[in-house]
Amino acid sequence: MQDQEEITPLFTEECDIAMTVNGHRYKQKVSVRMLLSDFLRHELHHTGTHVGCEHGVCGCCTVLLNGEAVRSCLMFAVQANGMVVTTIEGMAGTNSDLHPIQQAFQEKHGLQCGFCTPGIIMTVHAMLHENPNPSDEEIRQELSGNICRCTGYQNIVEAVKLAAERLREQQMEVL
Amino acid sequence: MATRWFGASIPRNEDPRLLRGKGTYVDDIDLPEQLHAAVLRSTHARARILNIDVSAARELPGVHLVLTASDLGLVLEPSPLLVPHDALTQPRTQLPLALNEVHYVGEAIAFVVADDRYIAEDALDLIDVEFEPLPVIHNMEVAVAEDAPLVHQDVPGNVAAHLIQTVGDPDAVFINAPHVIRETLLMDRGAAMPMECRGVLARWDAYEEMLTCWISTQGPIPIRNGLAAIFHLPEHKVRVIAPDVGGGFGPKIMMFYPEEVLTPFAAIHLGRPVKWIEDRREHFISANQERSQLHEVEYAFDDQGILLAVRDNFIHDTGAYTPYGIIVPIITACTLPGPYRLKNYFSEFKVIYTNKVPVSPYRGAGRPHAVFVMERIMDRIASELHLDRTEVRSRNFIHPDEFPWDVGLIYQDGGPTRYDSGNYQAGLDKLKMILDYDNFPIQQAEALKEGRYLGLGIAYYVEGTGIGPYEGAQVRVESDGRVFASTGVTSQGQAHCTTFAQIVADQLGVHPQDVMVTTGDTQAFYWGVGTYASRAATIAGSAMHLAAVKVREKAIKVAADLFEAAPEDIELADGKVFVKDAPHRSLTLGQVAISANPLRYAYGENARKLMSMKLAASRQGPALPPERGAPGLEASEFYSPPHGSFASGVHGAIIEVDPKIGMVTFVKYVAVHDCGRIINPMIVEGQVHGGVAQGIGGAFFERLVYNEEGQLTNASFMDYLIPTATEIPTIVVDHLETPSPLNPLGVKGAGEAGVIPVPALFASAIDNALSTFGIRIQEMPLHPCRLYELIEESLEQKGQ
Repeated sequence: MQDQEEITPLFTEECDIAMTVNGHRYKQKVSVRMLLSDFLRHELHHTGTHVGCEHGVCGCCTVLLNGEAVRSCLMFAVQANGMVVTTIEGMAGTNSDLHPIQQAFQEKHGLQCGFCTPGIIMTVHAMLHENPNPSDEEIRQELSGNICRCTGYQNIVEAVKLAAERLREQQMEVL
Repeated sequence: MATRWFGASIPRNEDPRLLRGKGTYVDDIDLPEQLHAAVLRSTHARARILNIDVSAARELPGVHLVLTASDLGLVLEPSPLLVPHDALTQPRTQLPLALNEVHYVGEAIAFVVADDRYIAEDALDLIDVEFEPLPVIHNMEVAVAEDAPLVHQDVPGNVAAHLIQTVGDPDAVFINAPHVIRETLLMDRGAAMPMECRGVLARWDAYEEMLTCWISTQGPIPIRNGLAAIFHLPEHKVRVIAPDVGGGFGPKIMMFYPEEVLTPFAAIHLGRPVKWIEDRREHFISANQERSQLHEVEYAFDDQGILLAVRDNFIHDTGAYTPYGIIVPIITACTLPGPYRLKNYFSEFKVIYTNKVPVSPYRGAGRPHAVFVMERIMDRIASELHLDRTEVRSRNFIHPDEFPWDVGLIYQDGGPTRYDSGNYQAGLDKLKMILDYDNFPIQQAEALKEGRYLGLGIAYYVEGTGIGPYEGAQVRVESDGRVFASTGVTSQGQAHCTTFAQIVADQLGVHPQDVMVTTGDTQAFYWGVGTYASRAATIAGSAMHLAAVKVREKAIKVAADLFEAAPEDIELADGKVFVKDAPHRSLTLGQVAISANPLRYAYGENARKLMSMKLAASRQGPALPPERGAPGLEASEFYSPPHGSFASGVHGAIIEVDPKIGMVTFVKYVAVHDCGRIINPMIVEGQVHGGVAQGIGGAFFERLVYNEEGQLTNASFMDYLIPTATEIPTIVVDHLETPSPLNPLGVKGAGEAGVIPVPALFASAIDNALSTFGIRIQEMPLHPCRLYELIEESLEQKGQ
């Protein structure tokens, strides 16, 4: 585990936080009311995490917080102090191959405009970690917290099935 | 023969970037010194503005600018009327900021620019607006009532437009018709809801005197032209870029939304970049909506089920303004005849103002309404005459040998509604086979024995796509052999960077991954209109093809000269240009591009190799001879269709209704689709899937509910229910390919298709499932509670 930083009391305007994002440690002063999504996007410039509704329904802003899929628009950055965050940028290295989940989404045409895609991939990442061999129904149930307006979900379901199969074959640890 | 890319389901060029989170949507761009804007919106659907006090907001630390209408000077002009029409006698468009009156909840009143969005929103709370509320028109039925209050004080009867079109002699037919039925059919409001809301980032560069705007839009070129006019700048000093756009579906073809003027205004005024990003709540109350129409339709048919005549009289709710003219109701009127031989047709509509968010096209754009009406008619004829529903449709189809078929109406582009090609019976046959139509009654009867209510629905549509005026494309081979291709249309997920690359790759013998397509940047392509009306593949795709053909011709000419070979012996494949049957006489496409550009100085590997080959003999005359034209391998071409091309399709579904709770689930969904020749089947199928999902939302989940005060009561994703993965069934898609004779590729549009027949299909399936209840669906969208009500009503009528 990384060092735990002292949390500055929330009633001050700004406080120092530290967070590990995609393997990098960040220490930063942030406004106490800054959303985690805004912090990731506009302070750390990880703009792959998108914001689609700001009320926790659409799932575009989903990131992994200590391995669990959460809505980064429903949290303040200070609440993620001391935690480990994975965003879409952390799924595949810059010059390496796509992660098997990303690869499956391309092969099965599981994305169109791409706006909801990072959030969906983070959700799928967490899903397959919990359940490496989900049924169609389980996949649809797990995806029901993410809205996609382009694909009609069918190819997303196909992509998840393909990714699950490949990950099982590779016996690859999802996280 | 080299690989043919047209028709292949290749993976998308866009994907690796988008999948890595490396897409660039407007809010992903942060510029140095950038400020953030927020908009104060009306809380009243109709009110006089007595006073606006912004003094406290201006004093808040971190606030740089607070604008109200009185601060805008010459920019305070109503937005342009985009598509004027003679029948639109009372057009009204919106000011960037409301001056004396507001006409809908959400109308922009003030614009605040601050260090960050949080402070900008704090400042909105400090603005004090004194309203004098006025009577509100919250729906179109109220608007047309006698002595109704007026949405705009100077528009009598709240009527913006009135259009009548007649084909044949319907009145005469009705007099002697064996059967005449009249009914009222309603379609209520819905919204496109792209996952990315709207957004504008504007930068004024004082050194270059240049305005650059990144806008989440479907039409950057018209916006560039408009901003140049508004700010009195030369057009080439305004650059508008639609970067990655997170879904459009229509509302983003609109211009100008107020923020598209206010953000650059503030950037110019402050000399710093300004960003405005719409949040979801704002999107619900300020991005354009669509759908609501009320049809009074009367139809005459004979004993054989032949539709003899239709009289359709409808009102169309345009909201508070008419920014997009009367395009949507015109499309409705022209779509209504569908695939049928309707020779006598009277169509009349009035466009009605209400105190609601303005209306402009949303995927389908007036077509779902028309198909709902016509397909309700077909089902009714079948039930009245105890005929099979598909048989009635077959008897009325236009036959394949009757094309081109003139519907007799003027279409949205001002041209004729003339179907170019189609094969409707073939589509229906395919659907019936995949759906196992003939065996359904047995399945249905067995289910009913178990107390399960299965229903089968079908709906056919013909869709005008690929309208003009024109689009263009530029194709250029770069010296490394990769191909640059650009066009004025934008992409919001339709994969133009892949399909256009496939078109170009076929001509130039390269891999589509080596064709770099740029869309939606006014600096990359100057001319064009935008992405709407399912026209990008047809119009821009044809221009792309024509430009690539020109480049190919030039490459052949240049190579023939270099090899001293006959042009007909030159081939292009695998990135090479070579003499047929003499593969050693070969250059890369990049080398030919370099040869085509008689430079004094050439760089890079390709150039060195070319020099070492010593192909160029000493020449007479100019280095760039007139017959070669311009240097390099480059061409620009434009394509303008004679009129729209008409795609078609038929959807069928088996549903199960639970009458105890009004819930509907899909057992099977089949879409048979004909968009002419298909460039990339995987992408077209994806478009159909997404359209159907949006259609299911619009048929059973999504309805914008305004109360009597004109407040949208379900303005969040918690309350406006967009279907998720658990509501959308697996969709079986099959294609017919009836080529369009109108364009060189034989293609028709596909983008909107999926959504169009769904409400009609849904109604058809519910009627069928609940036939024992005697229910006939006459409104859309439904939702479980409403369906439950209808079931209860029918039981009451039967005294149960």
